[in-house]
Amino acid sequence: MSYFKDIFNAVKTLLTGMKITGRYFFVNLFTRRDVITVQYPDNIDTLKMHDRFRGEVIMGHDENNMHQCDACTICENACPNGTIEIIWDKEKNPETGKTQKVLLNHIYHLEMCTMCGECIEACPSDAIEWGQNFHHVTRDRSNLTKSLNRPESILNPNFVKSKK
Amino acid sequence: MILELLNQFMPAEVAFYVELVIIAVVYLGVFALLGLFLVWMERRVAGFFQLRLGPNRRGPSGLFQTVADALKLVSKELTATEGRDKFLHGIAPYFVIVAALMALSLIPFSAELQAFDINLGVFFVTAVTSIEVVGIFLAGWASNNKYSLIGGMRSGIQMISYELSIGMTIVTMTVLAGTIQLSEIVEMQRGGWFIWTGHIPAFIGFMVFMIAGTAESNRTPFDLVEAESELGAGFHSEYSGMGFAYFFLAEFVNMFIISAMAVTLFFGGWLLPFEIGADIPFVGAIIFVVKTLSVVFLMMWFRWTFPRLRIDQLLTLEWKYLIPISMVNIVVMAILVWLGLTF
Repeated sequence: MSYFKDIFNAVKTLLTGMKITGRYFFVNLFTRRDVITVQYPDNIDTLKMHDRFRGEVIMGHDENNMHQCDACTICENACPNGTIEIIWDKEKNPETGKTQKVLLNHIYHLEMCTMCGECIEACPSDAIEWGQNFHHVTRDRSNLTKSLNRPESILNPNFVKSKK
Repeated sequence: MILELLNQFMPAEVAFYVELVIIAVVYLGVFALLGLFLVWMERRVAGFFQLRLGPNRRGPSGLFQTVADALKLVSKELTATEGRDKFLHGIAPYFVIVAALMALSLIPFSAELQAFDINLGVFFVTAVTSIEVVGIFLAGWASNNKYSLIGGMRSGIQMISYELSIGMTIVTMTVLAGTIQLSEIVEMQRGGWFIWTGHIPAFIGFMVFMIAGTAESNRTPFDLVEAESELGAGFHSEYSGMGFAYFFLAEFVNMFIISAMAVTLFFGGWLLPFEIGADIPFVGAIIFVVKTLSVVFLMMWFRWTFPRLRIDQLLTLEWKYLIPISMVNIVVMAILVWLGLTF
């Protein structure tokens, strides 16, 4: 008797599966409502990557051209493959009179970066973050070595080291 | 028709051979176009099933995408493994493609449009399509690659087993039709399609035919012969360029042939129900192709829904389920026909 029960169950479960995939097919055939892929080169103007996308490491600047990097070099030490080089100098702060580190150049070698995210996790002041750009194709690999802080940018005096 | 036209301006013997050549060329063209179209359809349908769009760039709805792919395959270098059997490796694709072409020539597209209408029709189709297994087996053997050989062996097991239940289903429908000439089988269905007149056994027969037909054309869920995840590409992993293209096209044309047989045997060939538009020339061919593509779509639906069977499950399905069912089915159908219980 279980022989016929098996056949019946087999047909029933197969039809259940076909019902589900059939719904996908006909909904997409007539409405394209659930299509999850995007038409890449056509939508280049409106394309918005999802929040967790890792395109490259960037440094955030506010409207006064200020960043939050105080050149602590924790990200440089956290990087497993030497992607980040920080060039800094010591300067006397005119207000407090203390000498402190000042960021001159935050060099980021995109060609060596594996997008592991160790630097961003390690940063105590949220100075660097993930960028959404993925158009990295270039004819010359020296174009991939980037300076993350903008020219003439200075350390934001009001920032608070949040982590650690 | 063509013969009469040619007879007007050349001697009868010459006209006969010229007609043969013309029909052969037409069928080769149909074969290639059909293969390209079905590959496009498969990719497009697969896209919709997987919440994608599928090919949509080259031509309207991406129709010319497969033409571009075929051109790429034609222009590719033919590579081969060391230590292969050169002769068999070279000849294997032709077994597959010639078998598919010969079966295609018997398909009754409409009352006028059938190249080769012999009174052994159904029998000839089953006989010719089983030549294909020789080609696949040779390809697996001659490639000098263990994965190809496993694929070829599996194809032998699978196609020979499932041929039995296909054959029995065809016998079931032959009992109902009383003839094995394809055009006459269609003519018999003028009063009602066999899936209606044969009711229960015909419906069971259709289900068995579709399962066994999917297995015959080596498609998922029965694609153990290719089994990308375990065998690479199975029997055709050592073929490149046109050799591969032949297998690929033949696979899709075989799917078309199986579907066309299903339409002929169960869904009244070129006839619409209640004899609507029955005898307008060329309408029949369009109806037939539309019906066949619907059955092809059903097979694609199977492919993108069901997971692949294991080899022992495959053989269990055939020997423990399909063969007993189709055997009982023949008897039931014979009793129904004997007692006149068909519609």
